[in-house]
Amino acid sequence: MLLQLTERGLWCEPADLYIDPWAPVDRAVITHAHADHLRWGHQHYLVAEPGLGVAQHRLGSSYASRAEAVPYGSVTVHRGVKISLHPAGHILGSAQVRVEHAGEVWVVSGDYKTDVDATCAPWEPVRCHTFVTECTFGLPVYRWPAQSEVFAQINNWWQGNANAGRASLLYGYALGKAQRLLAGLDPSIGPILTHGAVETMTARYREAGISMPETQYATIDKRDPAWKRAIIVAPPGAAGTTWVRRFAPSAAAFASGWMTVRGARRRRGVDRGFVLSDHVDWPQLQNAISATGAERVWATHGFTGPVVRWLRERGYEADALSTRFEGERDDAPLEDAEPDA
Amino acid sequence: MKHFAALFDRIDATTGTQDKVAALVEYFRAAPPADSAWTIAFLTGRRPKRLVRSPDLRQWAAAAADIPDWLFEESYAQVGDLAETISLLVPETHNAIEGTFTEWIEQRLLPLSALDPTAQRTALLEAWSALNGTARFVFNKLLTGSFRVGVSDGLVVRALAETSAVAADVVAHRLMGKWEPSGEWFNRLVSEATSDAHWSRPYPFFLAHALESLPEALGDRDDWQVEWKWDGIRAQVIRRRGRDFLWSRGDDLLSGRFPEVETSVSLLPDGTVLDGELLAWRDAQPLPFSALQRRLNRKTVGKKLLTEVPVHLVAYDCLETDDEDIRALPLDVRRAHLERIVAALPAGAAISVSPLVRAATWTDVSHARDQARAQEAEGLMLKRRASSYGVGRRTGDWWKWKVAPLTVDAVLVYAQAGHGKRAGLYTDYTFAVWDGDALVPFAKAYSGLTDAEIRDVDRFVRAHTKEKFGPVRTVEPQLVFELAFEGIQESTRHKSGIAVRFPRIARWRRDKAVTDADSLESVRNLLRAQREPA
Repeated sequence: MLLQLTERGLWCEPADLYIDPWAPVDRAVITHAHADHLRWGHQHYLVAEPGLGVAQHRLGSSYASRAEAVPYGSVTVHRGVKISLHPAGHILGSAQVRVEHAGEVWVVSGDYKTDVDATCAPWEPVRCHTFVTECTFGLPVYRWPAQSEVFAQINNWWQGNANAGRASLLYGYALGKAQRLLAGLDPSIGPILTHGAVETMTARYREAGISMPETQYATIDKRDPAWKRAIIVAPPGAAGTTWVRRFAPSAAAFASGWMTVRGARRRRGVDRGFVLSDHVDWPQLQNAISATGAERVWATHGFTGPVVRWLRERGYEADALSTRFEGERDDAPLEDAEPDA
Repeated sequence: MKHFAALFDRIDATTGTQDKVAALVEYFRAAPPADSAWTIAFLTGRRPKRLVRSPDLRQWAAAAADIPDWLFEESYAQVGDLAETISLLVPETHNAIEGTFTEWIEQRLLPLSALDPTAQRTALLEAWSALNGTARFVFNKLLTGSFRVGVSDGLVVRALAETSAVAADVVAHRLMGKWEPSGEWFNRLVSEATSDAHWSRPYPFFLAHALESLPEALGDRDDWQVEWKWDGIRAQVIRRRGRDFLWSRGDDLLSGRFPEVETSVSLLPDGTVLDGELLAWRDAQPLPFSALQRRLNRKTVGKKLLTEVPVHLVAYDCLETDDEDIRALPLDVRRAHLERIVAALPAGAAISVSPLVRAATWTDVSHARDQARAQEAEGLMLKRRASSYGVGRRTGDWWKWKVAPLTVDAVLVYAQAGHGKRAGLYTDYTFAVWDGDALVPFAKAYSGLTDAEIRDVDRFVRAHTKEKFGPVRTVEPQLVFELAFEGIQESTRHKSGIAVRFPRIARWRRDKAVTDADSLESVRNLLRAQREPA
């Protein structure tokens, strides 16, 4: 096997490197900068170029210099193994990892979606023999509505609140989801405010040349009557804090793939749930697998059981891979640990 | 149908009662009367009898979604609601929705039960392709008998009163008891004429709030009437036009179920309505609730059961005498009527007046409450002597003051995923206590933890599963919880030999090890203790 699961993570033996390892290693190839994939303690990090700023920010000053960036599609050879990164469409700089050795090609998807996203390069299918895919939303109940429709719903909701003199609190993870939301907002409705965690990440996006609407960082001590018409983009961890309460009167919404199901929506205790995800839904997952041409599929983090069974019934050699990525949870993570949504 | 779906969306999107009432009023003003009638029926909790077998429904939905049955079941387990699972899986068309709500109910939904499975399948596939979005979801909820929306009966009444010129209490009364939804029925409901109020119907029950403070806060002891809070079935008995009716608070007609009580009701003077509690009764004493349970859910009662578990009405209040509604009179006056009416019954009648608790001061009242369990009572009722008999649950005049619950420290042994809001989370737990060195399951509890605690327990369950039996997981016995409950009974149906009433989780004892949990013996001691006055 070109890749195998070890206690430290997914290991490529001939190259002696790990993909998104969760324990300290010498060489790590990173799919994206979410905390369950990018961890401290490695000697060397390989990341896709557009994501370097975000990754360095997450790593902090003591590790930032250990990160090396390569453009999408550029091949490095390490100990006879060809390694390249390809757009995954999940967040800025997210990558699929392609490794090739002795004529055998493996691709690790990382987290990905095949929908277009104004804030990152679109997913590209990469032909391979074995595809290691996430399946956070690997059940047929998860089918994303058209993105344009969801953004129209969000802007309508914001407009309605603004007309009624209520601020709109929109929750989404600080890295990735928040910027995608910002890019879809209609700035003519009112001011756009951000939570500190969102503002920091948004600054990295701007530095990387991604166009973002004008935002104001809502510092803790400020208050402004114009905020009644504002939308505030904040990480879910901010819900219920004093930081949020000063925007009252307000309505709250959460943007996530989990919002497909009413129970998850009610559990969140928000007024609205918008179905917007940075992961593949069920049809996207099927199409992606088939586009890779892979015969063997390893399913990781998510509904691995049903996905593996479904693929086996369709003639794939499929197995579940037990990783420490956290994609399957739908409860509120803290803002510094935004896994998947 | 689309108007009803829009109403559902509006109510679902708000938590404000004003908004909900406004949405209802707008709907009632615009909808055809028959649509309003069906809407009221479903909002106040009516469910069509089972229309389609659930296994059939799942199979047809899986086929329509073009997925294998096992994948449908996996999806259902994640979503936690059959109607919603179907709505999410069966592909939608985007046709405009035709037909009124009444047409959908009377011509599409209700006739399903009379069809054979093949015809049912065809009809359902047609319905699913003719509906989309919320309308389809609502249809499926009605189909599976699980329709629910965040509107209390009280809000429906408020909206109807606002829509019509009829007072809220009259609307509430007209909604009690048996009625069939139709346009004519709705028109009568909102018409100003009152003569058509049906004479078999009970009055809306007046309910008490739980007393959270000490009774001293209620003011002068002498302004209050103190009674036992009996642990039976709240009921109204009606004697009018030479006929008698027995109604439960759940709005069920109980006629025929408690013949011994009905015999006594027939001896009441015509034009009488009493409010009281049905209790299993022997030697002028109530029996435990578990005895009464043997009489419940039985349409016909055999002679043996009648002798073993006689039932009795302990009357609290008089709502009507000599055909006159006296609910607006002070409790003192109504109580005098009650005592006069019941005293006129022959000896041995199955109706008596709920005795007053003699306790001169609030401190004495507190002591009396401590004796409640020995009386088979749940605690005390405190009613303002000047209070009228209101509608629904109103703050201020009537309080229930329950005894402090019994508690036991028990170990989590099984967990099962919840439904609805708790779908996909392990929230339904079974707890065990020690019997020697074995853990014996003795109670199930579903509520009492905070959302954060539920997530912690859910994480624990997933990480510490020993075995899976269908949806149930056996977990490693590590977590200890304090369970609270209202009472304990011996039980032959439970492995532990005991059954507890209203168990819930009081708190998570993170400070306790499994070995610190209580034993079956200590639970049995509680059982003995509750029989003897403290």
